[in-house]
Amino acid sequence: MEMPEPRADIIAQKARIVARLTDALPEGTIISDAAETRAYECDALSAYRCAPLAVALPRTTEEVATVLRLCHEMRVPVVPRGAGTSLAGGSLPTADCVVLGVARLNEVLETDFANRFIRVGAGRTNLSVTGAVEADGFFYAPDPSSQLACAIAGNIAMNSGGAHCLKYGVTTNNLLGVTLVTMDGTIHKIGGAHLDAGGLDLLALICGSEGQLGVVTEATLRILPKPEGARPVLIGYASSEVAGACVSDIIKAGVLPVAIEFMDRPCIAATEAFSGAGYPDCEALLIVEVEGSPAEIDEQLAIILDIARRHDPVELRESASEEEAARIWLGRKSAFGAMGQMGDYMCLDGTIPVSELPFVLRRIGELSGEFGLKVGNVFHAGDGNMHPLIIYDANTPGEQEKCEALGAEILKLCVEVGGCLTGEHGVGIEKRDLMGYQYSPEDLDIQMAVKDAFDPGWLLNPAKVFPLASSAARRMAAE
Amino acid sequence: MMRPGTEHELAQMVAGAAGPLRIIGGGTRSYGVALGEVLSTAGLGGVTLYEPGALTLVVQAGTPLAEVEALLAREGQCLPFEPMDHRGLLGTQGTPTIGGVVAANVSGPRRIAAGACRDFLLGVRFVDGMGRVLKNGGRVMKNVTGYDLVRLMAGSHGTLGVLSEVSLKVLPVARASATLALEGLAPGRAVEALARALGSPFEVSGAAHVAAGQARTLIRLEGFAASARYRAERLCRLLAEFGDWQVLPEAGDLWRGVRDVSVLGDGDVWRVSARPSDGPALAALVPGAVAVFDWGGGLIWLAVPEGTDLRAALGAFDGHATLIRGAPDTKARLGVFAPQAGPLAAIAAGLRARFDPRGILNPGLMSPPEERPA
Repeated sequence: MEMPEPRADIIAQKARIVARLTDALPEGTIISDAAETRAYECDALSAYRCAPLAVALPRTTEEVATVLRLCHEMRVPVVPRGAGTSLAGGSLPTADCVVLGVARLNEVLETDFANRFIRVGAGRTNLSVTGAVEADGFFYAPDPSSQLACAIAGNIAMNSGGAHCLKYGVTTNNLLGVTLVTMDGTIHKIGGAHLDAGGLDLLALICGSEGQLGVVTEATLRILPKPEGARPVLIGYASSEVAGACVSDIIKAGVLPVAIEFMDRPCIAATEAFSGAGYPDCEALLIVEVEGSPAEIDEQLAIILDIARRHDPVELRESASEEEAARIWLGRKSAFGAMGQMGDYMCLDGTIPVSELPFVLRRIGELSGEFGLKVGNVFHAGDGNMHPLIIYDANTPGEQEKCEALGAEILKLCVEVGGCLTGEHGVGIEKRDLMGYQYSPEDLDIQMAVKDAFDPGWLLNPAKVFPLASSAARRMAAE
Repeated sequence: MMRPGTEHELAQMVAGAAGPLRIIGGGTRSYGVALGEVLSTAGLGGVTLYEPGALTLVVQAGTPLAEVEALLAREGQCLPFEPMDHRGLLGTQGTPTIGGVVAANVSGPRRIAAGACRDFLLGVRFVDGMGRVLKNGGRVMKNVTGYDLVRLMAGSHGTLGVLSEVSLKVLPVARASATLALEGLAPGRAVEALARALGSPFEVSGAAHVAAGQARTLIRLEGFAASARYRAERLCRLLAEFGDWQVLPEAGDLWRGVRDVSVLGDGDVWRVSARPSDGPALAALVPGAVAVFDWGGGLIWLAVPEGTDLRAALGAFDGHATLIRGAPDTKARLGVFAPQAGPLAAIAAGLRARFDPRGILNPGLMSPPEERPA
């Protein structure tokens, strides 16, 4: 993955830049020693790393504004960072940038159960948002699988989803307001504890803008009352076509499960060897979870099981207890770890129309054979958000490039069947150069024009999202 | 009136426009003040794709809403955000279009549970102010590929581009519903009851208080029959301290009444979005106003004497007020949309200037009065 040439004139002024930032901010906010900045050289797309010029770790919105204002004055690029769990390289630094980490802004600022929201510092981790309200019977719905570690700031930047968004939606559907600092250091309040924008929906624009429009320092999030209970069932099928048809029939029937997870044979085999969850030996496995009171769960599961039986399953397993439910989820929850045991892996997240599932799985199998790399599929079937995991060996010369080439083919396939490059991870650097497959030059131009309106100098995370060739003129003009 | 029959014609008409264009769908909810030659998208009709098993619908912007709803109903599905019909309130004639619903981000009582129109919008095709045909999003439920212009277009009232096609997520119609009703609560007490219901695990899909004539508080539950009954019983007990709730099995008319605020009488009509618990106190600042509280109190419809400057009466609060019905000179004086803070207004103006550099799409409709062309 190519990155733009860092600006030599900025690197040459490192000492002056660091001194100005250090002078303006409390002690310990700016770090520039190579040993200390090492932890900020990469995110979860760890194949790529680069030492930044410096790292800023402010504690308040005003300090964030100071960092941005000074960098704006000195024309220094800024790469915002939440918890550094991006799989797409969203917070990969460049050698001429200041990494602005918001992890220290992690306080709970306000909880309001009557109005069902929580206001937090954007550095707070996803799971600890739920942690702050669960004693009162509430939870924050978006649940990316990195939820123990990932920050709300990153969730907003990438508009993260999770396993339960079939029912509860993704970040943008659960975000009520933000405090946003733009590159010139201006602090904006957008939205709040009320619903829907009065003017243009700028909140929607911020969510998923990958840290290119501003830095989010506070977020007002919708919280929901916890359901009375939840219960999964496990259904095994002899083919992915049949499993796909079953998913479609469940959705059409009017049942709205909170999750429909899908695993294919390579993934089932890997998780079985790793976790011993006792999954059946079959081509496709579904885990369907519903919520409600015990009677409501029974009512919904009866409909789902009836549909499942009509498709002739090789296995149908219900859960009568917490332990049995945990057992059903065990393999799914350890899927990434299990695939990781097989080698290095690259996790894609293209989304496809649910009806194209069988075709896409078959075609991925063919591509896997052509490239000679194993691919396992585990994903959110209800909304068509695929997660093909390509297994490779980073130490074998050329294998990473081969893996990336296969990944690109799979993502192009997703677009060809009417889907998209990324459903919840974001574009970052990983899918940046594939954007031309989904969007025309004009489609990309209008998106870049949005960045022009927020960050005319193209200083915020400039080398992400848009193909470098497309953004070159704007990035150069700003220099 | 310009009435393109294809997206291509639409693009040519916009590119060739010599002056301002007033963009409409069916013209039933044009509550903003816009001048210029009328360009209607009503000629862009037809369903591009409907996959009930994937819960997705792709449809041309000018397709009548009634046609969309009938198509969905045949498969037992619906637009979950329950778009309101503005014709009664605004006294307009004509045929509401799906593009108009999206352009105004119109949502009804179920917004509180299911989400707004913008939350169900998966993709758009539109023509910008230069006549370029652009697209964003697609037809899948999860899509973070590039910036989200899809939701930006929802509620932009044709000021950023003219919608030609929209993709929507749809949902199955609930098989049954039950409505809890109680008469005579004061607004503050009613909103407390609604908050208690919305904070319960019973999945309330409508929470309203109509403070006109005999005040009535309504709470809706939807789902499978046994489940709706069960939740209604549990809620009656949970809310017993507020009074003896009546459970209505079929209350479609009542909810349509809430959706279309049919009880509001004469005068100007404002739509206020606020923190739900602030609703009753805000409404009380306007003596004599007729109020409908929806969304658990967070959406307040107020009918007030003509010419009232409601924003001045309410003062500063967490939310915004939109003037939906009023005389043209009132709208010109007060502005239909709430003014934004200076720096945000500058960003919004910057966006409009980039989507529509010639300033010909509904010019001034969403801008503050002072920036409006004379």
